[in-house]
Amino acid sequence: MSNDINLTKTLRERRIIFLLLVLAVAIPIIFPLGLKTHSTPLTEKAFELIESTPAGSPVIISFDYDPSTVTELQPMAIAIIEHAWRKNHKIIAMAMWPQGSQMADMAFAEVQKKFGEEKVYGVDYVNLGYKPGGMVIIQAMGRNLKTVFPKDTAMIDYDDIPILKNIKTIKEIKYVVSLSAGDPGLRDWIMTANGKFGIPVAGGTTAVSAPGFLPYVNDQNQLSGLLGGLKAAAEYELLLGYEGTASRGMNPQSVAHIFILMLIVAGNIRVWRNRKKEKMAKEVKNG
Amino acid sequence: MAELMKTIGIWLSAYFTLSIFSFLYKDNPFYKLAEQIFVGLSAAYWLVYTIYNILIPNLFNKLFTDFANNWILLIPMVLGIMMLMRMFPKLEWVSRYPMAIMIGTTAAIAMLLSFQSDFLSQIAATIVNPFKFSSPVDIVGTILIIIGTICGIYFFYFSKKPEGFYKIPSKVGIWFLMVSFGASFGYTVMARISLLIGRLDFLLRDWLHIIK
Repeated sequence: MSNDINLTKTLRERRIIFLLLVLAVAIPIIFPLGLKTHSTPLTEKAFELIESTPAGSPVIISFDYDPSTVTELQPMAIAIIEHAWRKNHKIIAMAMWPQGSQMADMAFAEVQKKFGEEKVYGVDYVNLGYKPGGMVIIQAMGRNLKTVFPKDTAMIDYDDIPILKNIKTIKEIKYVVSLSAGDPGLRDWIMTANGKFGIPVAGGTTAVSAPGFLPYVNDQNQLSGLLGGLKAAAEYELLLGYEGTASRGMNPQSVAHIFILMLIVAGNIRVWRNRKKEKMAKEVKNG
Repeated sequence: MAELMKTIGIWLSAYFTLSIFSFLYKDNPFYKLAEQIFVGLSAAYWLVYTIYNILIPNLFNKLFTDFANNWILLIPMVLGIMMLMRMFPKLEWVSRYPMAIMIGTTAAIAMLLSFQSDFLSQIAATIVNPFKFSSPVDIVGTILIIIGTICGIYFFYFSKKPEGFYKIPSKVGIWFLMVSFGASFGYTVMARISLLIGRLDFLLRDWLHIIK
């Protein structure tokens, strides 16, 4: 009986927490608080890689994610494409996740609104689509890019795409940015593109997987910068000087984090009080 | 027509988002329906995508249009068919051969590359002179990396009981591991909240038009 009452109480409390969390996120979305974010060295390093690459350089952006992580990774994709286009880099998009190719199309369409007809498909960017195989595919791209991607997503032959005319292998690529939600993804690019071919690799990952990639941002430059989650996307937008979806998300993110911190403190105080009560009851019982 | 389809898409999206969220109250038929539809759609999408974007362009088109130069593709095709034998209990053993080839080649390729990137480069990244940096933050950071790496690895050294002096690096290692677990938890909270922000932003902006 007592267990049933406790279970009902726990369920009720849980529902109240869910409701409060929804409110903590929804209210700042409707009424933004104007909280600002600051850039961190990990994001600045990725920014610097793109910033310092000469105009006209061919680069790869790999869309290794699907709609489930679009909230975190799509703002990164948009910001990185915009930065690369501002620097006049030639973007070769590809995907190691089946729906990554559509994610790339959506991101290009979004950035194209700002650049208009200035950026032309096939000349300034191309979408080569999805290829299964992870690191095996990247290795094969080191031998011959055309055999891996004989056509782009619009079914245009490799040789008829102007941007790819002088690119035979991945070794001619100046940097790779992998926007990765898991496996295959950023780890394959680090191991193969950087480890085997020495190409600078930067990464954008979901916040969950970001800690696993932190050791690669090291003295050996295995990763030339890492964007972890929505916060890093907001930082990148800040470095580019515009407020996008990620920056807008920082208000609810901050409020929700404060709310969760308060819950952690409240939970710990409750546990501490319960332990004290139990201890006192034991002492009374033992005389 | 396109506008109507977009509106229907947004309403369906909102319905399924709310159906999934309804699980937070308790398990219910709306949640179950949304879950089953998601599973079914994902499986169907994968099947169709695999056939039209992998099998047809990479295998069938090449075999039918230029067999002489692509006959070698018959080998992966046969291995693929052997893999499908898992569906027949009596012939299940046949699938073990392609599976063995796949595991063997994947392990060999991954081993070579991960030895370089996860072992040699990671060790090299730890062998750093902290005093080559000018900023005190970098110096302290590098010293912490060196201590953290050594003590973290020592914690997993089980051939000597951590007693007396040997207890110190082990304890320090635990502290570093605890800090890394805390950081991982923080990142996980951030990720989950980001997903909630994405969904609520969709509901409030695209569906209800409360925000512009």
